[in-house]
Amino acid sequence: MTTVHADAILDRLGRVGQFLWSGWAGLAGLALFAALWQAGHERYGDFILPAPLATLAAGLTIAGDPAAWELAGQTTLRAVEGFALAALAGAAGGLAAGYSPATMRLARPILTVLLGVPPIAWIVLAMIWFGSTDGTIITTVLVAATPVVFVGVAEGAVTRDRGLDDMARAFGAGPLARLTTLGLRHVAAFLFPALTVALGSAFKVAVMAELLANTGGIGGALAAARANLDVAEALAWVLIAVAGLIVVEHTLVHPIRSEFERWRNAARPWGVKR
Amino acid sequence: MTLETTGATPSLTLSGIGHAYLGRTVLDAVDLSLAAGEVAALVGPSGCGKSTLAHIAAGVVEPSRGRVARRYRRHGMVFQDPRLLPWATARANIAYPLRLLGLPRRERRERAEEAANRVALDCADLDKYPVELSGGMRQRAAIARALAIDPDFVYFDEPFTALDVALKRRMQDLVIEAARGARFGALFITHDLMEAVRIAHRVVVMDAQGRGIAGTRAVPGEPGGRDDGTVYRLVAGFLTDDPLFRHIHDIDERRTP
Ligand SMILES: Nc1ncnc2c1ncn2[C@@H]1O[C@H](COP(=O)(O)OP(=O)(O)OP(=O)(O)O)[C@@H](O)[C@H]1O
Ligand SMILES: [Mg+2]
Repeated sequence: MTTVHADAILDRLGRVGQFLWSGWAGLAGLALFAALWQAGHERYGDFILPAPLATLAAGLTIAGDPAAWELAGQTTLRAVEGFALAALAGAAGGLAAGYSPATMRLARPILTVLLGVPPIAWIVLAMIWFGSTDGTIITTVLVAATPVVFVGVAEGAVTRDRGLDDMARAFGAGPLARLTTLGLRHVAAFLFPALTVALGSAFKVAVMAELLANTGGIGGALAAARANLDVAEALAWVLIAVAGLIVVEHTLVHPIRSEFERWRNAARPWGVKR
Repeated sequence: MTLETTGATPSLTLSGIGHAYLGRTVLDAVDLSLAAGEVAALVGPSGCGKSTLAHIAAGVVEPSRGRVARRYRRHGMVFQDPRLLPWATARANIAYPLRLLGLPRRERRERAEEAANRVALDCADLDKYPVELSGGMRQRAAIARALAIDPDFVYFDEPFTALDVALKRRMQDLVIEAARGARFGALFITHDLMEAVRIAHRVVVMDAQGRGIAGTRAVPGEPGGRDDGTVYRLVAGFLTDDPLFRHIHDIDERRTP
């Protein structure tokens, strides 16, 4: 029994190690990006492109200000609310469409329309409907993020292995048992990448909507920085938004996804693992 | 063997079964009845509808025509391909039907290990995912999955094709042994007449076009009681003297009308 535990712990440690290693690689990529940025700064000067370190300093000043945290929290809350709604709506719709071809045929043109309307148009519409409130931001995020989740989940549901369904039926599984033990498990592998993308676009769209609808949050701060022609501050806010997104992705989305993808990693030889 | 005439209620009765895929008839007017505890080998050329018939009998496919009467308690099924859940370990795969039955985790684990043991799957392999198993191991996991639920009837669809000769024999012996202990009856699909004659009470030959059952032959002696010489002689006799087996090794898939 103890050996089993030891094995499990070793396994976990190994995966944490892999995770840290991938973080190291990510850091190297960021360093390269910073170097390019620095080169741009030296070429175009402080006004157009402040140095990365200056931006970082501006970011740290902002991070030291509790009022800034409030703004960031406001944006995060709106983005996450819209994202959660989009995840629910997209997942439910995608499942329905994946399991019923009729729903799929109905949903596809609606999806095309939704995807065809530029987000900026949604912001204008939402502003007319909700004014300068949270509702505007959340609606825009919802409209922008739902199709991504919907398409991912529907594709997962359509590509499920019918042979496994038959197998389960042979062992007496009803429709509900087949959905919970096979369908959802298969769809999960498609859901998580879609959620990552949706979360990213939720943040981006939220900031954009805030900026245009003038409703505070990071977008509002960006608008203020623009009005003051304060490029360092604008970039610092961008930095903060990106940092927030990376933190959410690496503490939440990636760990859950790697748990679901363990069997795929099992087939990979050493060294090819991410 | 007098299983068919003992008057015991048959464990499985198929009457007038017909089936069409997308309007193309693959089975028509198939009647077949298996006595309780009987192992019947179903043979026939490739594509004649054996798998389809087994799927219908096991309730996986709704037949277009005809009736299925099952009078056993619970069946297991080994498909032609392993059909393991790729995201679950071999252990979880074997325990999958037990999970459907709602057994507690601990009991599932024990019974899965016991079933794995019966098909000679090493305990160390049980924590592997299907992608990490060899073809034969996957097939054995599928067999263990069918046996884990303690069935009293098992559908085998060419289960041993991926196994080497020694393991094949061992698995055949397992089926013979388990069936003889009155643990289960079986519908055993195979294209290997030797295998059919070794393990079955009766060989059922399917019509090459799926139009019913061409005929059945009781195999003299008891499964497990026939030595290799006897099996060989019986098969040779079937193939040379019996017109029923003339088309058994036709490799042509039937042509669409
Ligand atoms: N899902 C399906 N859709 C359409 N046609 C099918 C389907 N499954 C089987 N068929 C057709 O039904 C016929 C019988 O197939 P089946 O799998 O039952 O044959 P079989 O006797 O098991 O052959 P084998 O010995 O090669 O396994 C074949 O002609 C096949 O093409
Ligand atoms: Mg077949």
